[in-house]
Amino acid sequence: MLIRNAPDIKSSEITDKSLYLSRRKFLLAGSASLASLAAGAAPAWLSGVDEAYAGTKLPGVQKSRLSTGEPLNSFKDITTYNNFYEFGTDKDDPAQYAKTLVTRPWTVAVEGEVKRPKIYGIDELMKLSPLEERIYRLRCVEAWSMVIPWVGFPLSALIKRVEPTSKAKYVEFLTLHDPKQMPGQRRGVLEWPYVEGLRMDEAAHPLAILAVGLYGEVLPNQNGAPLRLVVPWKYGFKSIKSIVKIRFVENQPATSWMKANPSEYGFYSNVNPDVDHPRWSQARERRIPEFTKRKTLMFNGYGDQVAQLYSGMDLRKYI
Amino acid sequence: MSFEFKIKNSQFKILKAAAFAACSIPLALLIYNGYTDGLGVNPIETITRSTGKWTLIFLLITLGVTPLRRITGWQWLIKFRRMLGLYAFFCALLHFTTYIWLDQFFDLMEIAKDIPKRPFITVGFASFVLLIPLAVTSTSGMVRRLGKRWQQLHRLIYLIAIGGVIHYLWLVKADTRKPLIYGAILGALLGYRLLAKWRVGEFFARRFALSPAAKEE
Repeated sequence: MLIRNAPDIKSSEITDKSLYLSRRKFLLAGSASLASLAAGAAPAWLSGVDEAYAGTKLPGVQKSRLSTGEPLNSFKDITTYNNFYEFGTDKDDPAQYAKTLVTRPWTVAVEGEVKRPKIYGIDELMKLSPLEERIYRLRCVEAWSMVIPWVGFPLSALIKRVEPTSKAKYVEFLTLHDPKQMPGQRRGVLEWPYVEGLRMDEAAHPLAILAVGLYGEVLPNQNGAPLRLVVPWKYGFKSIKSIVKIRFVENQPATSWMKANPSEYGFYSNVNPDVDHPRWSQARERRIPEFTKRKTLMFNGYGDQVAQLYSGMDLRKYI
Repeated sequence: MSFEFKIKNSQFKILKAAAFAACSIPLALLIYNGYTDGLGVNPIETITRSTGKWTLIFLLITLGVTPLRRITGWQWLIKFRRMLGLYAFFCALLHFTTYIWLDQFFDLMEIAKDIPKRPFITVGFASFVLLIPLAVTSTSGMVRRLGKRWQQLHRLIYLIAIGGVIHYLWLVKADTRKPLIYGAILGALLGYRLLAKWRVGEFFARRFALSPAAKEE
């Protein structure tokens, strides 16, 4: 795989940004006309353009005491088995089709109930706070799990920067909506754009991060490049990918999965072995690549850190 | 234009061996991929989905034999039906075994809770159980012994196929396209039978002058 081949590249060898951007424009224009001829069978050198960026090593990444010491899932596990419906609903679809996503340039609009709304460029966001490696468990609502070495920064760093007003009770996140780049959006599997949300105190929790990397490198497209949320105590679908908008709002956002099936997917969606998905049990999970299932832990094992966020709440009711 | 196409016994034997080999390709691929690390990141899920998918496909092919035979007049197609049906049963058995063994690892308590509690498992399990008597009575001896009742019993296949599609439809999270495609094909195959029963099929057969055999039905 192309991604793996560029770990020790010198900064002097990296193509100047303006150069690769114009080059990419040329290639994209070319690929559009080629695609009509080749019916989507883009040659590897063409489709590899964005991945070349995705493989770039991130400098100065600090370790974090919030990381777990459990054995990591392989790069292959994490990048070939994805739920990212914007690129198709099969697990291997994102790895195959996310190449069409253009992640540079990329802007994230931070708006709503904040004193300092701003449209951030992705590179500016990445310098907002020192990048940290956060090795987290990820528990999917489908009852499988992985251990993933994300690179990112606390969401709270961004929150502090934009100064939410007293009206800001929730944070709403939106994924890019562009069916040209995200072919899965051509079908109404979910309501596009994908929307997720957190309560203000959840968003400000030190465990909640905005991730920009994986395994020390720039995040691959299929994992939600260039910027995604990671909330390790909640089911994976809460950790929204390829974010273009972050809105501070007064009312609880209506998320895509809540709209798709409110009885199955609640706003909180905390990992909870005692509350089953209506159609399957959440008591156990398969830690990929293990053979037998293991017990699922309350809040995905982050209860010591996050349980107090929900004190006094009936978690059978607030799913 | 005639679709009439008769084959000799020796040709039929070759054809049947070829069909048998073709039907075993999905399973052979699954085993091959299993040995060559080709089942992806979550092999148990891959095996579960693959055996489930091929159960449905073989059920639909089996249900396609009669309409195809009537439309083309190729009576010999009926001789493939038992083999196709048994392949469907075999895949269903592997699918069920995967669930019991690889997925739940013989956790009988969990399985006993799952079957009545999860509607998609209830329907899938019921369909599998109903397939067993059909497989058991598939021998020529049983066909003879049961006589008219054999056909009555084997009409369960309609219910089983509907159950299989519902099982699939109820387990997907949001993308219902694939189960609905299976449902549409099943609908067409069952719809054909209904139309044939109401003699609408006869009208079409005459209209398009398919073959003498088609008119006889």
